Amino acid sequence: MMPMLTDCYANPSGAHKMAREARRHLDDARDVLAEAVGCAPGDVVFTAGGTEADNLAVFGVQAARGGSVACAAVEHHAVLLPVEQLGGKIIGVDHLGLVDLDNLALQIDADTSLVSVGLVNGETGVIQDLVAIAEVVRTHAPSAVIHTDAVQAFPWLDVATLAAPADLISIAGHKFGSPKGVGALIVREGVSVSAQQVGGGHERGIRSGTHNAPGIVAMAAAAAATVVNRDETVGRVAALRDTLADGLLATVPGTHETGVTSGGGAASRSGKIAGSCHICFEGIESEALLFLLERDGIFASAASSCSSGAQDPSHVLAAMGYSRELAGGSLRLSLGHQSIESDVAAALDAVATSVQRLRETGS
Amino acid sequence: MSAVPVLVAMSGGVDSSVTAALLKTQGYDVTGVTMKLWGGVQDSGCCSVSDVEDARRVADQLEIPHHVFNFGDDFDEFVVQPYVEAHTRGQTPNPCIECNRHLKFDKLLRRATALGFDLVATGHHARVVDTGSGLRVGRGADTGKDQSYVLHMLTQEQLSRVVLPLGDMVKDDVRALATELGLRTADKPDSQDVCFIAHTTGGRQNFLESRVELTPGQVVDGSGEVVGSVDAIELVTIGQRKGLGVSGVVAPLYATNVDVSTATVTIGSRRDLVVERSPVRGLHWVGRAVHGEVDVQTSAHGSTSLGSIEDGEIVWAAPTSKVAPGQSVVFFENDLVVGSAIAD
Repeated sequence: MMPMLTDCYANPSGAHKMAREARRHLDDARDVLAEAVGCAPGDVVFTAGGTEADNLAVFGVQAARGGSVACAAVEHHAVLLPVEQLGGKIIGVDHLGLVDLDNLALQIDADTSLVSVGLVNGETGVIQDLVAIAEVVRTHAPSAVIHTDAVQAFPWLDVATLAAPADLISIAGHKFGSPKGVGALIVREGVSVSAQQVGGGHERGIRSGTHNAPGIVAMAAAAAATVVNRDETVGRVAALRDTLADGLLATVPGTHETGVTSGGGAASRSGKIAGSCHICFEGIESEALLFLLERDGIFASAASSCSSGAQDPSHVLAAMGYSRELAGGSLRLSLGHQSIESDVAAALDAVATSVQRLRETGS
Repeated sequence: MSAVPVLVAMSGGVDSSVTAALLKTQGYDVTGVTMKLWGGVQDSGCCSVSDVEDARRVADQLEIPHHVFNFGDDFDEFVVQPYVEAHTRGQTPNPCIECNRHLKFDKLLRRATALGFDLVATGHHARVVDTGSGLRVGRGADTGKDQSYVLHMLTQEQLSRVVLPLGDMVKDDVRALATELGLRTADKPDSQDVCFIAHTTGGRQNFLESRVELTPGQVVDGSGEVVGSVDAIELVTIGQRKGLGVSGVVAPLYATNVDVSTATVTIGSRRDLVVERSPVRGLHWVGRAVHGEVDVQTSAHGSTSLGSIEDGEIVWAAPTSKVAPGQSVVFFENDLVVGSAIAD
């Protein structure tokens, strides 16, 4: 990335030598990313991040094809709000957060032009079965295209395989190591998407705007490194996550782990990505917990932060049937490829101490 | 000795900005917090995104940590919903008092305890005065900005943990200090009106309409004759002159009574609004009951009138304007809050 800032800083759309050099790096990046996501290079539409990719998918397909749109109730707001704005259908989920296939079948029909279900949920880390979802969509809404927000999935899952049933795929570089502000929408050949931002006609006319060349190059490099290391990272981090989650369940009473099947242990978490530990604590408020954890050097989150920085009540947990009260005590501990055992031990200790303190003070 | 931790409620306005700055100067270990109370669209008050931003940037400048707490559910339950219900009963609510009672000095105070803070500071223009026989809310030095009325209900336990650094300052000095410190909020206008009601989108009527069905009412004169109508009986306050749908009269007419059960507003002259006694409920004395005359304040920025409390009524020293039911009435002695009640 750095040479793109210091030596090869020309606009890749330019005609001169340095521009052509920048263009070459951009095209290389497109090839690398396409392979990592499992699409043709020409399918990659670079964007300024995941939100833009999601908006482009929903608004762009609806603008191009008309019809109605639908998404799961647990989608990121970048999908949920566009669908709501278009008066679309919201598909219910079960207690694990998995799309209710019967409800899906009921809510879509021949008029449906787009169904959007994220491969992995951003809050709970729960993985959706896109193959089963695609089957229902093909049966009940044969002309619909399938979009998946794979932003949260890419660091942990073989998106090329698991998102194969999707016609449109969103990714965001910052989730796997690139700087923030760069992402992509994969638009498979033959899928019509109307531009939501017009101008110089970049990215096959679907997304105009000068390329963020350093960001794109960085995202491709990070994607390649992620794919190479993914199996090793997932195995190691999943073990750490299991230590953390099992430890919390064992030491803190009134603890509910979301998105897991009963039985406990690693087996119960097979439906979640490795880096996600998502817990609800009875009788506490997340904001207070986050405050105390920060003092102990644990930087975590609860649901999603709104623009003010306050924690908003989780629409994901509400859709999964959690009470507002229990959902208000949620904690999202994310692990990454750099996480080590001592991090887990520190988090376990800090969370257990803080939860106990909050319960004692009754706040 | 390590610095005393204090949590400062920062709304993003100039008063709470200066409060944080003063406490930092005085050597406290200051943490700023902005309460996100309201998610709706509003153009005034204290929790739009730009207000949170102002608070955060002032905290950055003062090099203190800043957090945002979402108390939206509590705000709706304890402030907004009771506000709506009071209107449907034909009462005049004071949401700022309820916000202070339930949010700033209860929810936030409890949160502070849990997080290890004994003290909570706000930018109110009022004082906490130790009389030797208990703590009292005292009037702020700036009589025009004094907020002791909206803090009158603080308990001894609450007062023992509340810091009000602006009590001895006048507003001009607060702004001057903010300017001197280069705080971005120095020239920010004072907040006005009810913070959760946007005046760009139809104000109180639109807001109430979004929550309850409003009732059209008739306007009658002193003899009971119907002389006009109003769109919403819930929006009429005693003493109101405008919007009563009365035309063709020479002398000014005021709403002198509002009866929600029959959806009737009675109008009359200024003289009909004048009373010698005002019934109250929920009488509370901070210390010993005061027999004899006290200064009585019946609205947030109103002047006081002398009165004594006898048998559940305020007996005014001189006839005064009727108090709208639901309004808090606060009793002062020597500029200290000594008691309160609700107008009936």
